[in-house]
Amino acid sequence: MSETDLLEVTGLRVEYRGRPPVRAVDGVDLAVAAGQVVGLVGESGCGKSTLARAVCGLVKPAAGTISFDGAPVGPLGLRGRSAALTRLQMVFQDPYSSLHPRRRIGAQIGDGVRAAAARGASSPAAADWLERVGLDPAWASRYPHEFSGGQRQRIAIARALAARPDLLIGDEPISALDASTQAVVAALMRDLAVDSGAGLLFISHDLSVVRLIADRLAVMYRGRIVEAGPTEDVWEDPQHPYTRALLAAIPVPDGSGRMPAPPDDDADYSLEPVLR
Amino acid sequence: MTGAALEIAGLRVHIGVSAILRGVDLTLRSGQVQGLAGESGSGKTMTGLAVMGLLPTGATVAGSVRYDSQELLGLPPRRRNALRGAELAMVFQDPATSLHPMLSVGVQLTDHLRHHRKLSRAAARERAVELLGRVRVPDPGGALRRYPHQFSGGQRQRIAIAIALACSPRVLIADEPTTALDVTVQAGVLHLLRDLADELGLAVLLVTHDLGVMSAVADRVAVMRDGEVVEDGEREQVFTAPAHPYTASLLASLPGAAGGVQSLADVRALGAS
Repeated sequence: MSETDLLEVTGLRVEYRGRPPVRAVDGVDLAVAAGQVVGLVGESGCGKSTLARAVCGLVKPAAGTISFDGAPVGPLGLRGRSAALTRLQMVFQDPYSSLHPRRRIGAQIGDGVRAAAARGASSPAAADWLERVGLDPAWASRYPHEFSGGQRQRIAIARALAARPDLLIGDEPISALDASTQAVVAALMRDLAVDSGAGLLFISHDLSVVRLIADRLAVMYRGRIVEAGPTEDVWEDPQHPYTRALLAAIPVPDGSGRMPAPPDDDADYSLEPVLR
Repeated sequence: MTGAALEIAGLRVHIGVSAILRGVDLTLRSGQVQGLAGESGSGKTMTGLAVMGLLPTGATVAGSVRYDSQELLGLPPRRRNALRGAELAMVFQDPATSLHPMLSVGVQLTDHLRHHRKLSRAAARERAVELLGRVRVPDPGGALRRYPHQFSGGQRQRIAIAIALACSPRVLIADEPTTALDVTVQAGVLHLLRDLADELGLAVLLVTHDLGVMSAVADRVAVMRDGEVVEDGEREQVFTAPAHPYTASLLASLPGAAGGVQSLADVRALGAS
């Protein structure tokens, strides 16, 4: 871990009640530096969303530490979090449920602007944020239902960024969008985060988009990170057998009629990580 | 056999005053996977539902859907019911909701077999075991006694496909059959769909927004926008030399497609345009 790491997760374990308890995250180390984009990929149930929720205090870890800019991130309670922690913002998967349906979008983005102001950080007005995410500033007085899914996700991104975060976490922020807008929205998130000097933890199951925007990739399987490294290295030359299977299963839209590799049904990949 | 198994011509669907389909033409052939692509709201699911006669109440339908020289639209409900599930079958996106949670897999697999094919209990069970083996669900005999929640998502979709295949239909409408599945599980289901077309001579209408999936299994690809088919052609031609600008714009936004975005710079250029 370098000196500049904003987010430092060490030995994180998260369990859900059950008999036996479900260990959703099982000993994860992860770091995100300022201005860095880390892509976290994996399939459903691998623990990637639980990891994201733990990082912003939405679930309580069973073990391990999460520190943000040197200070621990505690569980989020009923009260609003301390002003310092508004430097950590999240964009969720479904913009239909993450925006308040009965408040104007300008007011919702304004919440972010006020959160920034409360810390003494300056943030442009809501209308300016709309413009930055590629929407018409005059739409600030509209309600979420007046927008398409892709537009709503842009609004959610504007709301998160209006708080001037130092770390932005996106939990499957593009998976509810039409394919034609996914790459564009992902790149927008990257550019706005990096331009403001923030780190971005981008969680997705869609490797083909993540590899375009991430500086580093971490592949999660059964609650652990099994491979991590610079994006090009992992994409071009995967070392862990699970990463190889995951990459081979992605159908390429090239019109060749080539079938993705069928999975090995009994595959039980090693949990020994490959870290680069 | 290359004859048309199903011919859709000038299919129009209205719900209230809004036109959902504005004249869709498609031909499904035996042994062929016809892909139907498009973004959300383009009408691809409605096309499948119209063929099956499963449109929501209040929808009005016009045009023609011919199966086996028989016009399906306007067929009396009794005759339509006799075809649905027997000659024409459908697989839906989410096997967690398309399977009945409180009935065993055995009951769900044999119910319509006994209804349509008048099989005895024992004969239906035998066929059910054969079907589960066909879609590669492990331990088919034991699986019959189990319930949907006891299977993984991929296994559930295989079971839903087995149910659709039970009466040996000639036409299978698969509406986003792998969208709810993980990519490694998806690969297995795609192989299965391809095999069904190749080995059973099934005419498959594969409805999906995922052009990667389309590229892997479809023989022909039709692209829909705003209730219309804007392009319909051989897979390779549609992907490498799309005739319609809309198809080209869809491909341009995809990583990995010919002419698609390959780098962050490409995506930025696309976003700016």
